[in-house]
Amino acid sequence: MAGELVLLDFWPSPFGMRSRIALAEKGIPYEYREEDLRNKSDLLLQMNPVHKKIPVLIHNGKPVCESVIQVQYIDEVWHDKAPLIPSDPYQRAVARFWVDFIDKKIYELGSKVWKTKGEEQANAKKEFIECLKLLEGELGDKTYFGGESLGYVDVALVPFYSWFYAYEKCGDFSIEAECPKMIAWVKRCMQKESVAKSLPDQEKVYEFILQLKKVFGIE
Amino acid sequence: MSKAKLVILDCWVSPFCMRVKIALNEKGLEYEAQAEDLFGGKSELLLSSNPIYKKVPVFLHDGKPLCESLIIVNYIDETWSSPPLLPPCSYGRAQARFWADFIDKKVFDACGNIWRSKGEVPVEAKKEFIEILKQLEEALGDKDYFIGTTFGFVDIILIPLTSWFFAVEKIGGFTVEAECPKFSNWMKRCLQRESVAKVVPPPEKVYEFVLMFRKMQGID
Repeated sequence: MAGELVLLDFWPSPFGMRSRIALAEKGIPYEYREEDLRNKSDLLLQMNPVHKKIPVLIHNGKPVCESVIQVQYIDEVWHDKAPLIPSDPYQRAVARFWVDFIDKKIYELGSKVWKTKGEEQANAKKEFIECLKLLEGELGDKTYFGGESLGYVDVALVPFYSWFYAYEKCGDFSIEAECPKMIAWVKRCMQKESVAKSLPDQEKVYEFILQLKKVFGIE
Repeated sequence: MSKAKLVILDCWVSPFCMRVKIALNEKGLEYEAQAEDLFGGKSELLLSSNPIYKKVPVFLHDGKPLCESLIIVNYIDETWSSPPLLPPCSYGRAQARFWADFIDKKVFDACGNIWRSKGEVPVEAKKEFIEILKQLEEALGDKDYFIGTTFGFVDIILIPLTSWFFAVEKIGGFTVEAECPKFSNWMKRCLQRESVAKVVPPPEKVYEFVLMFRKMQGID
């Protein structure tokens, strides 16, 4: 069942982090391969010819692309360890809804926060906080979105925490001040080794963003 | 509210609603489709069941709402297992989900870039649309359906979008059959299924709707 597992990834990618966390939660060994996105490997282009993007999970030579599909695949194949996705079909559908919401909103809005200025940035910040507040509402009083243990929504969302410092510096605001419950949840997640080991240092991500801004000519 | 156990908040021309109805038909399930007036005023039930997006389809199972068509179709497949819409093995399911995601990300927007354009349709828009269909043709290969020999998840996600292709062809000045004959054959095969034929409106009717929408938006 284990076979050979390779993850083609890029260290600051929140999408790659999702698969790293899922594999770590289940204690599954794999080979991590860093991609240079300015010079993509032949393997990446061969394994993901449609999108040419990371992360790609290669299991016994067969590729699985798209992070949410990878997390579902990992959970199905290694179903006996640390289940991430609810077993009840309705709860599963609700979890998928929130993961889809995160995918539609958080990355796009976060990107606007660091890429833009003025009114566009102000609108992005406002909407970003509104989305985090909606997620806080879904979390409620639970320890994790998955209940007592880390679940699908936690795995999908927590990687973006590694970008929060960069968003805050570029956007000149404090996420903790606006969404304290969200940050409290993040801190609980970061106490888990599977999460702490999978997320890069926030300052490192901020430096990376600053470099990207230079490359794109964004001041 | 209706006493029906399965309800879909619906709009006849929405390909996303069609997906849900086809899935329910495939499973032989009875349901009530409540038509929403998306221009006149959305119902209280729609606004309260889908407060975040306020969109159709919404699927209600014993009053419990679910939103987003891909998620709803997955739920229907997991709750009523026969006949299965997804393959049994994990890798096959990952492949099916990949193509459903590709279709969701690309096809409707590419259609929109053609039918929403004012004046002459940009060449890039037509080129992109055809390229997407060719990628799907490649995924289909020589199979009858996207996942082998049986009509399933990917076919259900894609076939409703093709009801908008006639409008795209008329406005774009090309035909899918000429550009992507394999794809066109797959379309005809799916449209022969009763579960699909009962749900997908005649392409001319969708074209009339698109023309009316263009007028409303000031494009025509």
